[in-house]
Amino acid sequence: MQHTLTVLVEDKPGVLARISAMFSNRAFNIHSLAVGPTHQDGRSRITLVVDAPELEQLKKQLNKLVNVIKVQEMEPAEALEREVMIVRISAQPATRGEVRDTASLFDARVIDISSSAMTFEVAGTPQHLRTFLEHLGPYGVIDLVKSGRIAMKRESELSPAPVTAGVGR
Amino acid sequence: MLPDTMTEPTNFTGSHSLLRSLEYEGVEIIFGVPGGAILPAYDPLLDSPIRHVLARHEQGAGHMAEGFAQATGLVGVVMATSGPGATNLITPLQNALMDSTPIVAITGQVATSAIGSDAFQEAYTTGLAMHCTKHSYMATDADDIPNLIHEAFHLASTGRPGPVLVDIPRDVLKQITTWREPHLNNLPGYKPTVSGHPMQIRAALDMIEKAERPVLYVGGGVIKAGAAPELLAFAEAVNAPVVTTLMARGAFPDDHPLALGMPGMHGLYTATTAIQKSDVLVSLGARFDDRVTGDPNAFAPDAKIIHVDVDPAEIGKVRAADVPIVGDARSVLNDLLSGLRARREVADSPAREDWFAQLSRWKDQYPLAYEQDPDGPIKVQHFIERLYSITGGDAVVAAGVGQHQMWASQFWGFREPRSWINSGGLGTMGFAVPAAVGAKVARPDDLIIALDGDGCFQMTCQELITATTEEIPVKIIVFNNGGYGMVKQWQNLFYGGRLSAVDLGFTYPDYPKLAEAMGCVGLRVDHPSEIDNAIEKVLSVNDRPVVLEVVVDGEEMCFPMVPAGGSNDRVVMRRDEL
Ligand SMILES: Cc1ncc(C[n+]2csc(CCOP(=O)(O)OP(=O)(O)O)c2C)c(N)n1
Ligand SMILES: [Mg+2]
Repeated sequence: MQHTLTVLVEDKPGVLARISAMFSNRAFNIHSLAVGPTHQDGRSRITLVVDAPELEQLKKQLNKLVNVIKVQEMEPAEALEREVMIVRISAQPATRGEVRDTASLFDARVIDISSSAMTFEVAGTPQHLRTFLEHLGPYGVIDLVKSGRIAMKRESELSPAPVTAGVGR
Repeated sequence: MLPDTMTEPTNFTGSHSLLRSLEYEGVEIIFGVPGGAILPAYDPLLDSPIRHVLARHEQGAGHMAEGFAQATGLVGVVMATSGPGATNLITPLQNALMDSTPIVAITGQVATSAIGSDAFQEAYTTGLAMHCTKHSYMATDADDIPNLIHEAFHLASTGRPGPVLVDIPRDVLKQITTWREPHLNNLPGYKPTVSGHPMQIRAALDMIEKAERPVLYVGGGVIKAGAAPELLAFAEAVNAPVVTTLMARGAFPDDHPLALGMPGMHGLYTATTAIQKSDVLVSLGARFDDRVTGDPNAFAPDAKIIHVDVDPAEIGKVRAADVPIVGDARSVLNDLLSGLRARREVADSPAREDWFAQLSRWKDQYPLAYEQDPDGPIKVQHFIERLYSITGGDAVVAAGVGQHQMWASQFWGFREPRSWINSGGLGTMGFAVPAAVGAKVARPDDLIIALDGDGCFQMTCQELITATTEEIPVKIIVFNNGGYGMVKQWQNLFYGGRLSAVDLGFTYPDYPKLAEAMGCVGLRVDHPSEIDNAIEKVLSVNDRPVVLEVVVDGEEMCFPMVPAGGSNDRVVMRRDEL
């Protein structure tokens, strides 16, 4: 089962290495990892998507690392989760219009184009990216890269908006 | 106390700052081996009041620091050079991590400009240390040294203690700097919980009060917390029997009526079975290690668990806790005790007659047993009993790893914390000799005896040269059973007696000669009738280390035994029960 964790860390040398060392040491699997600075000096936030049946021990082991300040598990309902994907889709001149029209339903931007392919930038919830690929995948995915998921806790009490193409970004 | 800042001579360097920082932390002894990258630090060492004990191998130096720390509760310090010096420290670092022993390792590193260039004697020490320390640092500016060292000592000694490494590049050791009194930086990710939650303390008391078959399952955390007196008071107040794990031997006096001794794979029948049949198990600074639990799914099936540990990650790791209490054992025991006293007179403790009657039936029915033929060969168990009786048990005992270690734990009657020094979690052969040396440096007036195996002795015995030259008169008993007894026992029991690579022979080395060559007194005993005499001789030498080779039965097996992964319901008492 996949869980999203956000980990606030001190921006010290080796902190990412320590975290990944702990994961491999304890045989936990990382599905995706994104890291970047926060608005506070000397603090970074790591968003981890992990495959684990149970998170308690993992969270405790993370907390045990001296440079880890806070570990939060994101319940899907309370998480604002986003991911960016760059994807190159096979698009011959004959199918180009169709590909572009479909992609535009997902607010995907064309960022490169050649005689045989179009490259899109798509951002949104993980579900949004999945749906994009369900529709565009059949044209042929030539290359794909994802940023890794980032997440923040929702402040509003609202249940998340239903995810459909073009919304929920 | 040193003044806030000092006017330094203009050649005051990172190395000087390092030494002054160590002095500031109260360090009196460093165990180490010099080399290129750490050389700058060895020069001001000459002018420092700190004593340097020159080990013959960095692993030895590391175990000495551990022995020092285990014998005192203070932070042990080890120093080594870069590359091979640092890699030789990996074993003691991991050993200290597993046994929660507070040590600080200082390693030299190649110059900052050379890092990452595969320079001579370069190793990625902080990377290597990542898996085997509580935390590690690399100094990048000599001005940071006082704070780094202060933080390292703070981390090593607080919360769940453990090893911390500080790697210092050669140029940083040589950098001109000034020393400032350190202050503890805010460590936003490190705030160990000391006191248990009052609600959980009450819940624990409710549960213990109602228990019919309670057991206090005591681990090394009680010794680390200095909680032995509180444990004694609490056990008596609630009238509950106490088992002490391999790491906790000495946390509770073995001669106390509530003491059941060591549980687990080679534990006493009554200790293992009491846990197994308990209805409330109070774990104090223990971690449900597989050598204690056997098959965890079959472990103490009827017990409600109260789990007290300063490390939250231990709680629920192996067994879900009904009452989890994060806190230092001493603080929690104090709170439990005062909570209890607020409820009732201690004299009104439940008698639990059925439970105690059951326990004494088990003790009578399943005692530790062995047979000593008066004509020999000597049994390790018998020798240990004689040694115990002749010394009155007034000694600190260090052990190696193997059968002799288990027998030492079983047959020595421990009365005090920090009188037992061993490698529990990692099971590091070669631990005993250097650990005993470290303990003797720490406690020169106490009798320090290593009970070692022939296999273990051969791994680190060169540290006896350190002991001789540094005038550290330890006493080493080498049980020569001609090989790796414990491994041989497994091959006999679980591999149909096919003995593979366990025979060391009885002949080489000639232990007394080897001992003499290292400047020790070397002795040998091979007949039961000579044991007392030999022990007297060992005890009479006090100006030098002594090595006594005890030639023992090579076929003896260690029981009781719960085969690895088996259920603790089946404690095997004799070979023919397997
Ligand atoms: C460094 C290391 N290598 C290997 C082992 C595996 N091992 C465990 S006990 C043992 C035999 C110990 O022999 P000895 O010191 O003679 O003790 P005995 O069991 O004979 O009392 C071995 C090889 C270990 N624990 N540590
Ligand atoms: Mg042996």
